[in-house]
Amino acid sequence: MPLSTSSNFAKPDDAFRAIVEAHRGLSDAQSADLDAALVLILANHIGDLGVLAEAIVLAQRRMLDASQQQQQQQQ
Amino acid sequence: MAQHSKIQFGYRRHPDQDRGGTGAAEYPVVVVGAGPVGLSLAIDLAQRGQGVVLLDDADRIGEGSRAICFSKRSLEYWDRLGIGQRMVDKGVVWSVGKIFHGASLLYQFNLLPEQGHRRPAFINLQQFYAEAYLVDRVQELSAIDLRWCNKVTGLQPRNDHVALTIQTPDGPYPLRANYVVACDGARSSLRQMVGAEFAGKVFEDQFLIADVRMTAEFPTERWFWFDPPFHAGRSALLHKQPDDIWRIDLQLHPDADPVIEKRPENVRPRIARMLGHEKFEFEWISLYKFQCRRMEKFIHGRVMFAGDAAHQVSPFGARGANSGLEDAENLAWKLDRVLRKTSPEALLETYHGERSAAADENIRESTRSTDFMAPASAQEARLRKAVLALAKETEFGKRMINGGRLSVPSTYHTPLSTADGEAWRGGPRPGASMPDAPIAARGGELGFLTDAFIKAGARFTLLEFGNGVAVDVPDDVGVVRIGGSNGFIDSTGLAAARYDAEPGTAYLLRPDGYVAARFRQPTRSALDAALARAAGIN
Repeated sequence: MPLSTSSNFAKPDDAFRAIVEAHRGLSDAQSADLDAALVLILANHIGDLGVLAEAIVLAQRRMLDASQQQQQQQQ
Repeated sequence: MAQHSKIQFGYRRHPDQDRGGTGAAEYPVVVVGAGPVGLSLAIDLAQRGQGVVLLDDADRIGEGSRAICFSKRSLEYWDRLGIGQRMVDKGVVWSVGKIFHGASLLYQFNLLPEQGHRRPAFINLQQFYAEAYLVDRVQELSAIDLRWCNKVTGLQPRNDHVALTIQTPDGPYPLRANYVVACDGARSSLRQMVGAEFAGKVFEDQFLIADVRMTAEFPTERWFWFDPPFHAGRSALLHKQPDDIWRIDLQLHPDADPVIEKRPENVRPRIARMLGHEKFEFEWISLYKFQCRRMEKFIHGRVMFAGDAAHQVSPFGARGANSGLEDAENLAWKLDRVLRKTSPEALLETYHGERSAAADENIRESTRSTDFMAPASAQEARLRKAVLALAKETEFGKRMINGGRLSVPSTYHTPLSTADGEAWRGGPRPGASMPDAPIAARGGELGFLTDAFIKAGARFTLLEFGNGVAVDVPDDVGVVRIGGSNGFIDSTGLAAARYDAEPGTAYLLRPDGYVAARFRQPTRSALDAALARAAGIN
């Protein structure tokens, strides 16, 4: 099964909010700890190495795009 | 510090050193290095009828802390070499491992949770015992000529042989070999002589090994700690060996000073904190760093490399000596067939193909373990912390903890295998090693499948689950029959279950006990084709 990038939540705002609220009041280090645990829990729930690999590629590409945009703005 | 028992052997002058003008003596195989791998390989070749010269540059069995964990697969191999029972009798049998975080138990695993295997998951046995027993076996075999204090100092490849120069206390002499197998360890001098690269990853973390003598009531389990109270922030391992010796392995900081760390007065308090008492003596203390690397090619013309000479892994996972023994069992039967000219020389290439892939797997597994123990970045440390925290309440977290994944035989993806042509729900795939199972002889005597394989000659063997129809088997193929009118009795049903067998099912086993092909209803022509393929005759 390929990585699903269509919108899967009935209310996407609720999902985004839930993650944001989990980080409220945390230091950067605490947030990073929370994210590490969350990533592992969700990865295990997905349980599909192919989907995980695709998700990693997508996340890495977003990072790359963001840094390129930043460079263009600076030029 | 007490000394480990050593076994000393004398150098003896050999008539080959006095041939003068008549030229060098020539042998089918010269094995270099009388460690566990070289000794086992020599025994295997001799049992197959080959004459072997086995050279070692020392005059005694090495002392100190080296390999201690020998796997089920290695024990099954040593059974074929006639030495398995002696190893098991002396060794400490274990199958349970425990992982602690801080002071609390996180996870427990059993490496052999089922009954019906002749051999346990592992034994712990000091390497010098294993070597001593192998030397005893060598001395029973007249086909092996073991020469101590014989150091290879020159190697010249020729078209049909290798010319060696051997240095001895009486000076040098020449030898010729059809094939040379280098089992001369991680610092292999033969590897340098063929000019091979040995590149890989160096790990910066230092580990301290202490073998201590004490009487203790700890169970015979492998205990591994992350961040233990007695060694904050690092990892530790405790494991029992015979003679009331305990192996303790402590991870040190990368910048720890080896000279200072190694002093008994510095090691003692740390171990006293670990054990909760001071009633122990040191047998051995050493400090090590390690590398994970392998040769690009295990075969250089007529020179083949096996064991640590060909590949090195981190010690976590017992993949060093055990994978070297798997090299030996993989190479022996192939070399024997090539020397007999019953298989083409190309069969040897599959030694490189199969065993280099296994080395890659061992390096991958042991590198992952090491990375888990010594996270390389803040985020890696954070992920590990999350795994250890999640392990307290989730099964997946427990399974993600990596305190060493212990050696299991690789499954070969090899041109020697015949692909399955029928449907299988289980059982070993072509390229996998044969699982053991209990069986009984007609007279009621209980035994095991691995033993029946040995009695059938440890050669190409057809394992048949009888249906009353006798399969037409080629002359040089052994037969192990289960069921039918005259076969072994599978009274527990475990043999059939482990091989997904129905009446008529047959497995063609290679001489090293790996599956070459399997059939629901074998025909002679299918069997001949699978046999030719497995022997490298295509």
